Amino acid sequence: MNLKTMNKTTRSNMITYLMVIVAFVIVQVMMAGGNISSSLKGQLVPICAYIVMAISLNLTVGVLGELSLGHAGFMSAGAFSGVVAAQCFSQNINNPVLVLILAMIVGGIVAAIVGVLVGVPVLRLSGDYLAIVTLAFGEIIKGIVNNLFVGLDSNGLHFCMIKNTLEMDTDGKLLINGPMGLLGIPRIATFTMGFVLIMVCLIVIFNLVNSKSGRAIMALRDNKIAAQSVGINVTNYKLMAFVISAAMAGMAGVLFATNFSTVVASKFDINTSILVLVFVVLGGLGNMRGSIIAATVLTVLPEMLREFSEYRMLVYAIVLIVMMLATNNPTLKNALGSFGAKVTGIFKKKPAKGDNANG
Amino acid sequence: MKMKKVIATALVGFMAMGMLAGCGGGNDTQKDNQQGGDAVAAIKVGGTGPLTGGASIYGLAVQRGAEIAIEEVNAKGGIQFEFKMEDDAHDTEKAVNAYNALKDWGMQLSLNSVTTAPGTATSDLNFEDRIFGLTPSASGTGVTEGKDNVFQMCFADPNQGSASAQYIADQKLGTKIGIIYKNDDAYSSGIYQTFQAKAADLGLNIVSTTTFTTDSQNDFTVQLQDAKNAGADLLFLPMYYDAASLILGQAATMDYAPKFFGVDGMDGILTLEGFDTALAEGVMLLTPFSADAEDDRTKAFVAKYQDLYGEIPNQFAADAYDCIYALHQACEAAGATADMTAAELNDLMIEQFTSMSFDGLTGAGATWSENGQVNKDPKGMVIQGGVYVGM
Repeated sequence: MNLKTMNKTTRSNMITYLMVIVAFVIVQVMMAGGNISSSLKGQLVPICAYIVMAISLNLTVGVLGELSLGHAGFMSAGAFSGVVAAQCFSQNINNPVLVLILAMIVGGIVAAIVGVLVGVPVLRLSGDYLAIVTLAFGEIIKGIVNNLFVGLDSNGLHFCMIKNTLEMDTDGKLLINGPMGLLGIPRIATFTMGFVLIMVCLIVIFNLVNSKSGRAIMALRDNKIAAQSVGINVTNYKLMAFVISAAMAGMAGVLFATNFSTVVASKFDINTSILVLVFVVLGGLGNMRGSIIAATVLTVLPEMLREFSEYRMLVYAIVLIVMMLATNNPTLKNALGSFGAKVTGIFKKKPAKGDNANG
Repeated sequence: MKMKKVIATALVGFMAMGMLAGCGGGNDTQKDNQQGGDAVAAIKVGGTGPLTGGASIYGLAVQRGAEIAIEEVNAKGGIQFEFKMEDDAHDTEKAVNAYNALKDWGMQLSLNSVTTAPGTATSDLNFEDRIFGLTPSASGTGVTEGKDNVFQMCFADPNQGSASAQYIADQKLGTKIGIIYKNDDAYSSGIYQTFQAKAADLGLNIVSTTTFTTDSQNDFTVQLQDAKNAGADLLFLPMYYDAASLILGQAATMDYAPKFFGVDGMDGILTLEGFDTALAEGVMLLTPFSADAEDDRTKAFVAKYQDLYGEIPNQFAADAYDCIYALHQACEAAGATADMTAAELNDLMIEQFTSMSFDGLTGAGATWSENGQVNKDPKGMVIQGGVYVGM
């Protein structure tokens, strides 16, 4: 494992892993020392969830090259199914970590199934059309979950739609209560689990991108006709990236939901999808490390700006615009001097198709 | 290659600095807190609410109502309060962040959250951190359920629904009842569910039930037509006044004039800008607060609120005002001091709230049960000539 003998991609990936690990260790040390504000501590798990959202969306937008505006829909599907699963598992399993892992697997699988259902018809479209359909998909998921009632009693799970007509035993408990969302979620998400999830997702993405399939996916992005002409199956490879991305979003949803005692369906609306897209665009398309940094900074930023009280979102917007301009302005970057320019060089990769997709 | 290492190190260093900066802030707050405890001797009261976004009228009303009350109780001498409200934009995640920011600030007593979904999440933290919570207006049952130190100033949703059904049955207000409710809203659908259950018990005849969502709350012709065709002579509207005002207007243009019955969210309809109060003539509602009440305290509060903010306070403002007074009363009775920790205050408050009786703007002789819900009488009001009149 000598840095010098590794190829460029592997080295870049190693730096990303290292960055995540070091950040995790620093936070752990701070938590052990007790010198971490409650505000930051409370945000650790959401940050992890958003990072996973960002890198998974980056797989669709950056690597596959398709614009998806419904990523929060997969997060929602994962969150709601995962929490229901967690409630069922926690009746028999006392270990919260095991329950969370199982719940994440269920959430990931459900989101993946939804991804297949959406992906098969939708991925025949591309560009603007795909964006519009994924936008509608996010709204549909929101609409469905808003009208879904799920209860759990000794006989098992009960489902109904639109109106709460569940007939449960007296020991029954309502898990999803329509527009009131998930109630009484076991708060089992931990920062460590969030870290593990980020690492797993990074490993999957980096290995996928560097595999035969990954190269096929990127070939599709760069030139669909040329890729088809050498015999690459368009639908299969598109679907592969899309579904993996959806499954990761579902797992992020489970992590996110189990950090709060209640989550409503309208949380996962178009605003959340756009927010995640902002992380990806700011971090650089195809650039996983950039996505991680952007997701962290943009999640922490609104809380740091609390002292501006009502002007906080205004300041946030200004900061966002300045960051977007600054990270994409060659003149500004050159002006930063030789070292500065090399630091920002990581962010310099143009968010254009044909870019090297290794973060 | 060497450069990359440098870059990575620089980035890691930058992130670490950012985090350390965040933690530095936390330490400062703690220091301030200790020093502040000696110098100012004020109990820190914090609350989260939507100060921005679609639900901001509720959050701002609570903030303003509470600030008026804070000023008044501090002017009395005795126990001093310091109040801080953080924005949660009616979002669970932001509410948790806002709560944590308040905790860093050194919050000793909490007004929990203004709205139900964020309130459910923050009350969980109230319970874990042993910081006493008294919510002015988060009316869902999830807010207080299973948490011994979170109390409500407003009626819980189920109480409103069943009280409305009981009231309609007792007063024989309608034989055929139509309901329109907002099915993506916890408040509205919460009341609907308990109303429907109670109505079934009481044998009320519900002939039409229709719904709407945030996205479709501009047009109610379909819902009204359904109620009209079913011959409903009383329409139950468990929703906030913004949607209700449109329903009243559209019913009038359809020549459909059933009795309308609302809940506490309907309060505020008379002060809605551009709303013809003649449309609300004869509307009945159950509400704990009326800005037109004749008692001196309400008059003084309304006058002050109007003076400061140029509008008539709604029930949220009154609930927040009462919350501060209730906390003040409990602190005085328990002999609480500003140097007590949140956990010490918490135990005192639980003891006081389960035993005391409180007279406020939103009802006299209010008591709290162990489950955190308030017991006070809802007032049946009817709008006549543009003002509320008790029924």
